Amino acid sequence: MSDSLAGRAASEASVSRPTRSISGVTPGRVEHPTSTAEVAEIMRAAAAAGESVVPTGAGTKLDWGSPPASADILLDLSALDQVSEHASGDLIATAGAGTPLAQLKEHVAAADQRLALDEVVPGTTVGGALATNTSGPLRMLAGTMRDLLIGVTMVRADGVVAKAGGKVVKNVAGYDVGKLLVGSYGTLAVVTEATFRLHPVPQSRRWVSVAARDSAHAAGLTQAVLHSQTVPSALEVDASAGGVRVDVLVEGRPEGVVGRAAVLSALLPGAETSAEPPAGWGRYPWNDTADSHLGIKVTFRLSGLADVLEAAGELGLRGSAGVGVAYVAVPAEREITEIRAILARLRETTGRHGGSAVVLDAPPALEQQLDLWGPVPALGLMRRVKHEFDPDHRLSPGRFVGGI
Amino acid sequence: MTPLQRLTATARALLPEDGVITDLARLRTYECDGLAHYRVTPALVVIPETAEQLAEIVRCCAEEQIPYVARGSGTGLSGGSLPHAEGVLVVTSRLRAIKEVRREDQRAVVEPGVINLDVTRAATPEGYYYAPDPSSQQICSIGGNVAENSGGAHCLKYGFTTNHVLGAEFVTAAGDRVRLGGDAPDSPGYDLLGAVVGSEGTLGIVTEVTVRLVRLPEKVVTLLVGFDSTDRAGAAVSAIIAAGIVPAAIEMMDALAIEAAEAAVSCNYPDGAGAVLVIELDGPAAEVDAEYADVVRFCEETGAFEIRTAKTPEERFLIWKGRKSAFAAVGRISPDYIVQDGVIPRTALPEVLRAITELSERSGVRVANVFHAGDGNLHPLVLFDDAVPGAGDAAEEVSRGILDLCLQHGGSITGEHGVGADKAGHMPKMHAADDLDTMQLVRCAFDPDRISNPGKIFPTPRLCGERPGRRQGAHPLQQAGIAEVF
Repeated sequence: MSDSLAGRAASEASVSRPTRSISGVTPGRVEHPTSTAEVAEIMRAAAAAGESVVPTGAGTKLDWGSPPASADILLDLSALDQVSEHASGDLIATAGAGTPLAQLKEHVAAADQRLALDEVVPGTTVGGALATNTSGPLRMLAGTMRDLLIGVTMVRADGVVAKAGGKVVKNVAGYDVGKLLVGSYGTLAVVTEATFRLHPVPQSRRWVSVAARDSAHAAGLTQAVLHSQTVPSALEVDASAGGVRVDVLVEGRPEGVVGRAAVLSALLPGAETSAEPPAGWGRYPWNDTADSHLGIKVTFRLSGLADVLEAAGELGLRGSAGVGVAYVAVPAEREITEIRAILARLRETTGRHGGSAVVLDAPPALEQQLDLWGPVPALGLMRRVKHEFDPDHRLSPGRFVGGI
Repeated sequence: MTPLQRLTATARALLPEDGVITDLARLRTYECDGLAHYRVTPALVVIPETAEQLAEIVRCCAEEQIPYVARGSGTGLSGGSLPHAEGVLVVTSRLRAIKEVRREDQRAVVEPGVINLDVTRAATPEGYYYAPDPSSQQICSIGGNVAENSGGAHCLKYGFTTNHVLGAEFVTAAGDRVRLGGDAPDSPGYDLLGAVVGSEGTLGIVTEVTVRLVRLPEKVVTLLVGFDSTDRAGAAVSAIIAAGIVPAAIEMMDALAIEAAEAAVSCNYPDGAGAVLVIELDGPAAEVDAEYADVVRFCEETGAFEIRTAKTPEERFLIWKGRKSAFAAVGRISPDYIVQDGVIPRTALPEVLRAITELSERSGVRVANVFHAGDGNLHPLVLFDDAVPGAGDAAEEVSRGILDLCLQHGGSITGEHGVGADKAGHMPKMHAADDLDTMQLVRCAFDPDRISNPGKIFPTPRLCGERPGRRQGAHPLQQAGIAEVF
């Protein structure tokens, strides 16, 4: 680190006053680094000064998680916004943490490739999607961030720059530290750059959609699709707007897709086939920009779908029936006792089906009154991981499970 | 009593008589895994029958500060389950129950000693299978697969062990039993399971594993394609990938590897081929048919002189038999050999293969190439005769040189065999000191006393400069009559 860079990190141009809060907590100041080296400099200075740091990208999920116990610095990574490498023959791409996910996707699309990760929160950055582990319908085909991430550059809480993984998909040389960072809400290290495996863009796609009579019927239909050999890219259920709909996406060769859609139509009597996604595809069943709701993520065994649909009741849900993940929106104006009862009901049901119910997003006042995470197994080990990476609890303190 | 005597007494109280081995002659049968060059006789071997017993043993190890090493079937190729001379080897082979196969959830719950292929066998009547398929799948255990994050020929399309393990019961280095992940995806909190898979037994031991089952494909087509050179075979691979086709597998073998496989299992590969590709397409029939037509065209355009498509399961079996037996087969054409495992970006394949050829010609050391061409995972087999003075050193130099080539091209020192005892000394070439330090933070969190498989993955003065692995003749398990050549 040169002195000039250190000077830049602390200069007027790279520091600003906060214009928004983190779950209701107003940060002391905002730092705007433009490189990994500058992030490292800021982290070293923060460590020396005993300051807390909350990393952010576009800020689309800054209200997710618990309110931070402290936020001296909001570390705005949005200037780290370059796609630094796209090796199309090797199906990999590397981008700065602040790169909008849409920009990375657009970049690789030029080579008929895709990062098979849905942009479920519009405007989200690479780093934001990584830190919160967001995913959408395509996860049935390609998995989630943990499955697509093959390398990261991070700045640790002590300012040390480290890399994990690499630029080849197949690599078992040491621990997969990147997986620990995925979904860690910025509590272990500041990710500044990430490398992903890409997939070819399929030539053709079709959605096959059908209205189910009720929860049990929807569950029966999803089981029929799961046990078919049509290899869907996505199998979604949408009960967020009255009724229950099952939507299946098949992708591939035009001749293959037509045949597979026909098989699915036979499995789903009354189904309609479309070249366009159904309404709400790949979006949460709530308005990301409004403070009007709680957004709850529920996970469950595939066979638990009917019960989870019943537990959501009139609230409805939308999500990936084919992998056992769905989202429930609860109007924020409900009484706190009722919200607690809903959460308890969802936790009881998903718990019975091997899953969980986590409040992703809620108005800050509500976040403080709720147990956002529910039961977390192996929390003791998680605390030890946090302690090793960030013994002073400098990074996003209190935003994660168990007050981590 | 010494700490080891106390541990032995604890084990005797917990386990049946044949579950505690102290006799030197029998201890020595556990002195190595699939990387037989490294041999260490453990101080004690225990074979628990339940997770509780295993946890109790580890608890006692923690109390007494005795190192322990977990071992499944002992097929690892990097010395990951090489015993510790003052430690206990915890063998999981009796934790062998397939507890659940749930079609409705597409899950199986198995104990760590369960053989990889047995998971598929249990799921096949339901129309499902377990996707990760290391070449040793007839004998390797799921616990070992979790430790090594095992891949296999089909991981190009279906991913590695880490993509198929959803949950585990895990015994920490303190002997606590904790749940990691679960039946449902995205368990709240850190992805500890993601760190444990591939950690080579250095963070703890899994005693139960929940895996994803995959629906059997409607159609599978296996092709064996002969080319006169690896360059042309490589061009075919590039054409296939560039067209957006993701085959279930694309494997390449060069002339020397073909010669060895032919000598060992008479797989009847095309005569005079400088390289063969084994290409497998699977999925919905209409998709496979469309891709098949393209793959055949690409192979013809890049100069294939023979394209053979398996018409029966037996023909498919024979095509795969040649490929999967390749490592052991090399024992037929060379008294000694080193199995290397490195990764390069796939596009660097022609350049790296040429460099390996040059290395081989310059040194006079023969190298047979077998690899997962779709993802750039090379398995060069470096041949030598240890009876010839200096031959072993020359082979090791070539083997190291191949790893250096991988690193020069931005690759990895191991794609699936692991670091283990074998490549710990190479880790600083691939990872900066701060990167290794960061990995060790994870180790410190899980196992601060470093009693779980110490000396593996991370370089220590004791391991630096050690000779890379060698193996004589056939695989040790094959020699022992435990496994057939396949």
